[in-house]
Amino acid sequence: MGVSGDADPSFALTPSGNLRRRLAVSRALVAATVLAAGVAVGVLIILVYFVAQRGASRLSLGFLTKALPLVSFGAVSGGIGPAIAGTVEIVLISTVIALPVGVLAAIYLTEFATARVAKPVETVLEVLSGLPTIIAGIFVSALLVTQSAYAAGVALAIVQVPLIARTSAESLRRVPEALGEAADALGIARWRTLTGIILPTAAGGIVTATILAIARAAGETAPVLFTSSAFGTPYQLNPTQQVPNLPVEIYNLANSQDPAAIADAWGAAFLLIVLILLANVGARLWLRHSERKRGL
Amino acid sequence: MTPSGTPPEAARSPTQAGPATTPSPRLRLSSGAASYPVSQASDRPWRPAADVVFCAEEVGVSYGAKRAVRNITLDIHRNEATAFIGPSGCGKTTVLRCLNRMNDSIPGFGLYGSLRYHGHDLYAPGVNRVEVRRRIGMVFQKPNPFPKSIFDNVAWAPRNLGMKADLDERVERALRAAALWDEVKDRLKASALGLSGGQQQRLCIARAIAIEPDVLLLDEPASALDPIATASIEELVHDLKTRYTIVIVTHNMQQAMRVADRTAFFSLDRDQIGTLIEYDRTERIFSQPADQRTRDYITGRFG
Amino acid sequence: MSGWWWPLRGYSARVDPASSAAALAGRTRLTRLNRVDRVASRALRWLALLGALIVSLGLLAIVYQVITGASLALHRFGPGFVGRQQWSPATNQFGALTLLYGTLVTSVFGVAIAAVLGVAIGLFLSLMAPRRVAAVVGPLVEMLAAIPSVVLGLVGIYLIAPFALHNIEAPLHRAFGFIPLFGPPGTVGNSDFTASLVLVIMVVPIIAALTRDIFLTVPRELRDGAEALGATRWEMIRGVVLSTTPSGVVVACILGFGRAIGEAIAVTQVIGNITQVSANLFARGDTLASLIANQFLTPVSALHTASMFYLGMVLFTLELSTILLARYVSRNFGRRQWA
Repeated sequence: MGVSGDADPSFALTPSGNLRRRLAVSRALVAATVLAAGVAVGVLIILVYFVAQRGASRLSLGFLTKALPLVSFGAVSGGIGPAIAGTVEIVLISTVIALPVGVLAAIYLTEFATARVAKPVETVLEVLSGLPTIIAGIFVSALLVTQSAYAAGVALAIVQVPLIARTSAESLRRVPEALGEAADALGIARWRTLTGIILPTAAGGIVTATILAIARAAGETAPVLFTSSAFGTPYQLNPTQQVPNLPVEIYNLANSQDPAAIADAWGAAFLLIVLILLANVGARLWLRHSERKRGL
Repeated sequence: MTPSGTPPEAARSPTQAGPATTPSPRLRLSSGAASYPVSQASDRPWRPAADVVFCAEEVGVSYGAKRAVRNITLDIHRNEATAFIGPSGCGKTTVLRCLNRMNDSIPGFGLYGSLRYHGHDLYAPGVNRVEVRRRIGMVFQKPNPFPKSIFDNVAWAPRNLGMKADLDERVERALRAAALWDEVKDRLKASALGLSGGQQQRLCIARAIAIEPDVLLLDEPASALDPIATASIEELVHDLKTRYTIVIVTHNMQQAMRVADRTAFFSLDRDQIGTLIEYDRTERIFSQPADQRTRDYITGRFG
Repeated sequence: MSGWWWPLRGYSARVDPASSAAALAGRTRLTRLNRVDRVASRALRWLALLGALIVSLGLLAIVYQVITGASLALHRFGPGFVGRQQWSPATNQFGALTLLYGTLVTSVFGVAIAAVLGVAIGLFLSLMAPRRVAAVVGPLVEMLAAIPSVVLGLVGIYLIAPFALHNIEAPLHRAFGFIPLFGPPGTVGNSDFTASLVLVIMVVPIIAALTRDIFLTVPRELRDGAEALGATRWEMIRGVVLSTTPSGVVVACILGFGRAIGEAIAVTQVIGNITQVSANLFARGDTLASLIANQFLTPVSALHTASMFYLGMVLFTLELSTILLARYVSRNFGRRQWA
């Protein structure tokens, strides 16, 4: 093994002593970590494949635009058009609430708050981001009593705000302090520094956070289950009323005994999963792109 | 056959001229006809010189497409201290880290030429990196004690190697050899991070010699230390070379003069690639260097 | 770079700090702009404060509403609610014990599996995988966390539950049926065990991402130092990576646990929705969150609704304790041991 006749055998570099056993242990454990990563990726692939196999064939223009029939008769089934429209609506409401609140809270944390004030606010965001989403649901249902697209939007905003605020705060913190200090040294007003330098520099991270928060909200069921539980209705976009939406539609269709309804659930699940995974990939690419642009 | 988790041959350059360019045929050749000379890079057969620990012939290193070092040919002798000196960025540390394969994990690393350790090709396919490092210990520029107790720092490697008999004694011996015992004998259970920089570095040396290696590689061991700690490290190197072969990289020419038997001067060649300019006994290098560049460097005209 | 400066164009960018004081005193245009600046800066500060206030008051409002919603049950059952086993809307008897039990069993079991997998993946991503592999596998693992729980629940019903029933629950029961934990499985695979499996899928990416980040903080010098002493890869990991980051790993698991106890939808889809305390992991059950998801829209009485708010309170308290525990651990044991 690479040993010439002249080599001193007492200095051979092949495993000696207990090294064979140690290497076996090490390799086994290294292999186990590779296996674990493989299992996780495998589970993801199986999940997506399983949903695609059952749902992809359901996707058609009719399925994406029509409403579900009020009563399903065997093979006759409708579509998830109203649920798609409803999901877009409530996620829009939610993002309109959560984006400014989240970004402003992040600005407060990173630019204005003293350490003593920042700490409790950070704790609040930590608690909110760990808040079981079902609690957001019962909270809004207790607060607003009647179900509506607005209520669902508020409930989803509770999920989105900590996501947006924490990620935005992180990317604001990553703006080199020298940039702000240079502006301060020039005697430039704080708001101009913020809106002209710091926010644009952190914009990549904030946009990424927002895309991820939108993807998250679109798939959340627990917050909308008690705030906009309409299901199987025709198109309904009045925000003061309940609106049908994809997660609740899937949740209800899945509990059905009717094979056609279950097929619809798979179709809707496939659509949802594809959109969410695409948004995730897109957000990542965007982040990488914007960071490269800024040389971070 | 590759050590655990090594990116096996990927880390090595495909254009490598050394024996392991194509591992599989090489393996067949050597197992079938063991009496053939190993190296294909050199026409010279291995010279059996009992006191030569490392024999480098035309060694070069590249990272990806970038050539870092080339044309290194030198013998390192047993129970001597060999110093690598030269301006920064000329590949001293790179070559040092090749000697116990610490560069393997760097993406794009490739080694050319032949590098042998007691006649064994260090980069042959059957060679195990863990075994290499067990025989060839290394102490780094920045003291890096583990966040453990002083005792556990020294005892950690022997425990791994199964040297569990008389562990206390082994630890004491290593600490004494590193001239640290008297300072720490009353607080062996204290964290190693509480030691001063010089003490930490001597602890790292104790840690390395606790497993009784054959060679100690020291990568600028005193550069982060104050003059008093530096002096104690130099004194230590003097004592240690009676039992170990030592290779020390240093920026400091006085240090090389004080501790080294032989000195290798590295510099950049005309293509800005690190290379070995001159290698000789220390007193010759510093009194009558053969190369003009060496003379310029030691007289302070360059670097 | 020039794009960032648009609001400053023609004004501040050209102000030289040395002459700006004189300019401010001398020129009215600047004084007026200065006033605008002061007002705008102050407005921005107030707006930012408002954002922080909305967030903080929002949390207070949530706590207040949940307690108010639970008041009827609070008066009726008092703190003993947590220890009452019965949950029977028909007889208006409510207690949290079975649900607390179901929550803890599914989460502890799920997190135990997820911790092993997640830490292994964290090690793989931070120390084993070549950078290019990690750059692909890392996001894929994180994507597992992006799958909506309702879709995971759907897959749970049609794939995971039958799979668990036929390939895990039934064989384990046949082999170890004498252990109460591995009692007789149900008919369709709805069980605490299946719920745990679903939770594993949700928690693994969290633990993997958190531990990866922690392992990456272990300085390269320490890892090199270990390997230079002739340690194998695993000895290096055990000796200088895992041993220097135990608190981080524990914190990751606690946070994963916090995620697991709060999951409602996917769990309610596969757990079988029966309020009972059973040592049998393969029996149907219910958790705090899954019961709320299942019964909140169809309450039979005001006390029923109030009791579900009470469950929400218990859940919130649990979540708060996991966060506090995670903080306590990282504060007291998480000192960076290297500097």
